[in-house]
Amino acid sequence: MRHSEEKNLLRAEGLTKLFPVTTGNWFQRERSFVHAVDGVQFGLGRGDSLGLVGESGCGKTTTGRLLVRLSDPTDGHIIFDDGEEEPTDIATLSGKSLKGFRKKAQMIFQDPYESMNPRRTILDTVAEPLKTQKMGGPLERLDSVSRMLELVGLTPARAFLFRHPHELSGGQRQRVAIARALVVEPKFVVADEPTSMLDVSVRTGVMRLMENLAGRLGISYLYITHDLAVARYMCDRIAVMYLGKIVEIGETESVLQNPRHPYTRALLSAVPVPDPSVVRPPVNIKSGVSVPIDPPARCRFYDRCPIADNFCRDNDHPPLEGDDSGHLAACYKA
Amino acid sequence: MQSQSQESKNSDDGALLEVRDLTMSYFTRQGEVRAVDGVSFSVDRGQALGLVGESGCGKSSIALSLLKILPENARIVNGSILLDGVDLVPLDEDEMRAYRWAQISMIFQAAMNSLDPVYRVGEQIIEALEQHVESSADESIQRVRELYDLVGLDPVFIPRYPHEYSGGMKQRAIIAMALACEPALIIADEPTTALDVIVQDRILREMKKVQRELDMGMIYISHDMAVIAEVSDVIGVMYAGKVVEFGDSFDVFNNPIHPYTRALMSAFPSVSGEKRELASLDGEPPNLLDPPSGCRFHPRCPYATEECGTTVPPEVRVGEHWAYCWNPQI
Repeated sequence: MRHSEEKNLLRAEGLTKLFPVTTGNWFQRERSFVHAVDGVQFGLGRGDSLGLVGESGCGKTTTGRLLVRLSDPTDGHIIFDDGEEEPTDIATLSGKSLKGFRKKAQMIFQDPYESMNPRRTILDTVAEPLKTQKMGGPLERLDSVSRMLELVGLTPARAFLFRHPHELSGGQRQRVAIARALVVEPKFVVADEPTSMLDVSVRTGVMRLMENLAGRLGISYLYITHDLAVARYMCDRIAVMYLGKIVEIGETESVLQNPRHPYTRALLSAVPVPDPSVVRPPVNIKSGVSVPIDPPARCRFYDRCPIADNFCRDNDHPPLEGDDSGHLAACYKA
Repeated sequence: MQSQSQESKNSDDGALLEVRDLTMSYFTRQGEVRAVDGVSFSVDRGQALGLVGESGCGKSSIALSLLKILPENARIVNGSILLDGVDLVPLDEDEMRAYRWAQISMIFQAAMNSLDPVYRVGEQIIEALEQHVESSADESIQRVRELYDLVGLDPVFIPRYPHEYSGGMKQRAIIAMALACEPALIIADEPTTALDVIVQDRILREMKKVQRELDMGMIYISHDMAVIAEVSDVIGVMYAGKVVEFGDSFDVFNNPIHPYTRALMSAFPSVSGEKRELASLDGEPPNLLDPPSGCRFHPRCPYATEECGTTVPPEVRVGEHWAYCWNPQI
């Protein structure tokens, strides 16, 4: 909604992550690279939420990890500008300045069962980022944690402080994970499939909570999900990834109502519709599995694209192009 | 095999599967957990029943009970499971073995991990086949080719190992295996949950096609209302071990009776159509060690009245569409 170049909290430019792999046989080893994230470029406005959607293995989680520097980029820049300090390139941070950045950027993980230490109480779990950042003394931390637990709907907080993760339900644990991410009052949160392990009736509550808190605390979200329907409800804008590249990006309804990239169209038409009277037309995509190991320079989607021609085969991967509203697609045929 | 199934088809005009008052419990150190509590429903030939509900509602436990592949601490406490008129509940392990795969087969959640990595996929299907059907080596291979064709797999993959298959292909191979003996009933427990949407779409279409072509009964278990809407002719909605609503899928979706069904449907986001407000439900599904009295949904129900908390709700019926509720939303 409030998408303009100057007000970007974060801007990724040519962001790339290659993972080395060895291919070939025992005698002729060859070093190749998985292009997990390949020249990704996008902006995230202050207070905005961007949904990063795509199938498993498309590089969406790796992108999220790069943006909070849980993983180091091979190439590219991540310009972070919260308006309080000079814009910095996150990609080059290390040591103390990286630790300072962690106060501003946090991550919420998919699995609330595995992202918490089972031996620690909820108080210790949520207070951990405060301790690491040396924020406040023990009493102040207890105070912040209690306030945060109330905020995420775990009320009364004192009933939860000294419990352990196994005593909580999945939905409650994910609320603890949200409290832990937000307790240092970050500007930017990467949420990696935060509701995909939750039941439908519990999921909506957690989605609402995140939306609500983002608005109240002025947080920008990168919301990683494979579920376009969830992204529709959580995000102002959506970016669709395919094999390490963003192939389409734009305002949520614009992308969902007028998808331009053939992959986005295929993805959308494959989503089941909760209405027995709807008969979906067949999905228009070629079958096959593409692996991003040393991929050719041409369009990543070429092998599976139903409308690709010789021009697509002979030219480099198309650039993201589009109109003034910021709805861009990387396709020669769009 | 062919003629045998033909015979049984003609001999009985009633429902293929009729489950009456089925109760299955897990006996844990903390006490008895009634995962399935007095459930009744039926499935006809050529009909797909969708069982939908949240985790722990007992939908997978129903599947395990139908095949009688129960964990050690679980037991069918009450009820009957009539397959073509024969009650499976009193049968012993040897007698059951004749039914599994041949009459009822099952596709599990994350079944792609159930292929043995050291054997060729084709061999594994032939093994399943030859357990139940007399056939020569040539006939078996021919049958596997037909099955691969049926589920949309390239027959060149028959002699390959599981690691050479992608996740979606493994799932198709499992479906081929489940279909090998032309069972009268197939039970699919979240068969596409671990897969991406495009692969899920292909598999759902394939399964639906095969089920119609072979005139099989199918029980499709999922937490996903959208998938259930697409595959099912009839729908059973489960909550805390009970089927709370049952009926034709159009009726259940268009005129849900039970408040839980309503809540489930309005909590489900959709990519198409108007973007509507998502409803949320307070609280969490109950602990079955100590289920709520009266209607099990009453602590979370927006329409709950006093009697909901004290007395088990009555059946409300509109034709073949029924639910258990004190305050039905008709």
